[in-house]
Amino acid sequence: MIPLVIDDFSVVCDAVNNFLLYTCGLPKWLTVTIECIGVGVGLLLAYALLALFYILYERKICAYIQCRVGPVRVGPWGLFQSFADMFKILIKELIHLDNIDRFLFALAPYLVIIASVICFAVLPWGNGLQIIDFNIGIFFLIACSSIGVLGILLAGWSSANKFTLIGAMRSGAQMVSYELSVGLSILTMVCLAGTMSVGGIVAEQENLWFIFKGHVPAVIAFVIYMIAATAETNRGPFDLPEAESELTAGYHTEYSGIHFGFFYLAEYLNLFIVSGVASLMFFGGWMPLHFPGWDTFNHIMDYCPSVIWFLLKCFVLSYVIIWFKWTFPRLRIDNLLALEWKYLLPINLANLVLMVLIIVFGWHIV
Amino acid sequence: MAEIQEKIAKLFPQATFEQGDVLRICIPDAQWHDLASALRHDPDLNYDYMITIAGMDWRTSLGCVYFLQSTTRGNDVISVKVETTDRENPMLHSVADLWAVATLYEREVYDFFGIIFINNPDMRRLFLNIDWVGYPLRKDYDQDPALNPITTESERQSDFTQTWVEGPDGKVEKKEVRIFQPEEFVVNIGPQHPSTHGVLRFRTAVDGEIIKKIDVYMGYIHRGVEKLCEDLTYQQTLHYMDRLDYFSAHNYHHGLCRLIERAAGIQITRRAEVIRVMMDELSRIASHCLFMGTFCMDLGATSMLFYTLRVREMILDIMEKTCGARMTFNYDCIGGVMQDLAPDFQKDVKALLAVIPANIKEYNKVFVGNVIAKERMVGVGYLSKEDAIDYAVTGPSGRASGWSCDIRKIRPYSIYPELDFEEVLMAEGDAMARFKVRLREIEESAKILAQLVDNIPEGEYCVKVPKMLKLPVGHWWEMVEGCRGVFGLYLESDGTAKPYRLKIAPPCLPLAGVVDHITEGMKIADLITIGGSLDYIIPDMDR
Repeated sequence: MIPLVIDDFSVVCDAVNNFLLYTCGLPKWLTVTIECIGVGVGLLLAYALLALFYILYERKICAYIQCRVGPVRVGPWGLFQSFADMFKILIKELIHLDNIDRFLFALAPYLVIIASVICFAVLPWGNGLQIIDFNIGIFFLIACSSIGVLGILLAGWSSANKFTLIGAMRSGAQMVSYELSVGLSILTMVCLAGTMSVGGIVAEQENLWFIFKGHVPAVIAFVIYMIAATAETNRGPFDLPEAESELTAGYHTEYSGIHFGFFYLAEYLNLFIVSGVASLMFFGGWMPLHFPGWDTFNHIMDYCPSVIWFLLKCFVLSYVIIWFKWTFPRLRIDNLLALEWKYLLPINLANLVLMVLIIVFGWHIV
Repeated sequence: MAEIQEKIAKLFPQATFEQGDVLRICIPDAQWHDLASALRHDPDLNYDYMITIAGMDWRTSLGCVYFLQSTTRGNDVISVKVETTDRENPMLHSVADLWAVATLYEREVYDFFGIIFINNPDMRRLFLNIDWVGYPLRKDYDQDPALNPITTESERQSDFTQTWVEGPDGKVEKKEVRIFQPEEFVVNIGPQHPSTHGVLRFRTAVDGEIIKKIDVYMGYIHRGVEKLCEDLTYQQTLHYMDRLDYFSAHNYHHGLCRLIERAAGIQITRRAEVIRVMMDELSRIASHCLFMGTFCMDLGATSMLFYTLRVREMILDIMEKTCGARMTFNYDCIGGVMQDLAPDFQKDVKALLAVIPANIKEYNKVFVGNVIAKERMVGVGYLSKEDAIDYAVTGPSGRASGWSCDIRKIRPYSIYPELDFEEVLMAEGDAMARFKVRLREIEESAKILAQLVDNIPEGEYCVKVPKMLKLPVGHWWEMVEGCRGVFGLYLESDGTAKPYRLKIAPPCLPLAGVVDHITEGMKIADLITIGGSLDYIIPDMDR
């Protein structure tokens, strides 16, 4: 099968590399530095833009669910509303509080945002458009995403406020619990893929996405992943750490200005990241929809660039998570933990065994 | 009534009786606790529901009028008058051990009149700041602002309460009691908090997520409505009824208008009665719609608010056309209503009635059947029928515990006896039941509206009343059903154009009083569920 329009970005990357290294005759260390800076700037820009887009996206969906129109005043369809909000948050004063642990208080939002940016970097954006692809890619992603909970715990702890403390404790209990489910459902799919490399996982799905290939256990893993990922991102109905009606704003009650903005941005980007991981593990990452034997169909699918495939999958999956938030009431802490430890975890373990059996006996499709 | 009077006279020969719209027993303080005990526990009397305690200053003496109702014997109401001539150090015996709600009511009387209740476990001020000088509802209260300046400092807070205990030798001793132990983790929920629905404050002792004890602080929007009413003419007092429970504005107006009309002997037209009842029921639907929206929002289901507000908006539009306002309508007036119905009124009400069934179906589908909502609500905040009566939890919250307490049914007023509707009762007594009762009450209110909308009689909407209305000397008692429960009014007149005392007995004060009782051992999230399901309105309890 010859990919027609799947634009392989490694061609572009190589060209830039060759240009710097040979045409300009720069030393290797300088080339690498320049490339790193370029990638970093690009990454941060994409991060900020996506966050702004997601804020608008959620507000529009929320408005649609609630029979409203959402932001419409700033720009067409309110497109510039999030920019306006961003500028507002940037120029807001950082309020300094007494009785707080200043260092930890200032550190916490950075931990949260750094964890989220690193995860962002590992995602398979498109064919050849990936910053780092190594053999423990997905494992690295799970590890980095766990740093975020540290930031939340620190934020709650250092604020010297009882609401934030309760919020942080809830968040600790919740994220540690649900990380198990996220990890296990990803592990189930890693079994199917046979590799932990992000690029490898995508490549494995060239003929058929995993959600079809792994059929029953894959669908179960997907449902569990979506529930657990929603909990991981602290979004409704699992938004207990910042349960507005109970703890005012939970762990970030005391934050103001851009420090609050970091938490806010990280929340939206984490939404994108978990959708990205779901699309990677279940829907082929950037891989277009292919069915074995349907050559013409596969060919037509390839006309759509891989980046668009990836973003579309992310947006659709995010839509589902946003839909959860605006329709379900919030769980109570004991319901939340019971759901994880009594239901999701046992189902997940059984599902893992089922998946292994399917792989061993070759019962998967293709 | 006569046999009750006979029985009490036999038991307590010191008691004297006054006939009025409700029987009044006057008893010296020494026998009061025994009489109260008999009224509460004697199977022939069984006055198990304390409606309110009206503190009184009769210039020569201070005292209280207790209003009691028997829920088992035809819901008859009696009042008991107890007084003390000691103005320096007035003391009465507490009945907090007999009616749980009395603890709160006696605190209110202490706050306004300085009457100390012996053996009440918690004798703190209820509404006013703990540093307040003087007792505002006393007739000799000094209103000099220099005494109580506007403070720029934080409110002083104490972990202690005081109580006056009577020893076996009859000597009364003051004691300090700790509310929270020093090692307890006390979280301050409110006064600025999204789900206290206004400025109410719960000091909550928690153990992790589990609530150990709640101390309710109220009075953040206490405006002294009862005190203000004493300086206003009867027509002027009506305006304040809009500003108590602003969702029951019509119902409360209706109550006070009925009271004054009865006292003044004014007969209003049937058209006015029908209009008033229709407005009451429209308010009830609007209020319950808002309840559902905000309650679901408290539980984190934000979208429900917009679904319920759609119906409420229609009602507010109807009211705006007729009353000229969407809140604080000030529509019912002495002698009828302020102005005639808007020409579109009937058409609009019919349009509303047409959409209600579909909306209720939708609410059921969106929220009631939801598995998370069930987890959050079923079995949460259980209140037994006995406790509901003991804590005077009336309205939909009381009916969710199976207590038939709808004044429209048990002591019908206005044109309610002619109307066909059901009192919604449920036995579960949990948050889910309180939610469902309100949902079904919307249907019942719609039923009432459907019966009336085509039967609004012609006639005057308001009869002529003198501009300066003077009531004869006397006292009157009136109860109506607000959107949140029994709204009681006690009026004492000295024959002038202003009320000598207007006691407002709001339904929301006991609702806040019961929170501690039903949240013990529950989770923090349940406090929000329970508070939301009780549906209290802060200006109503604070007045």
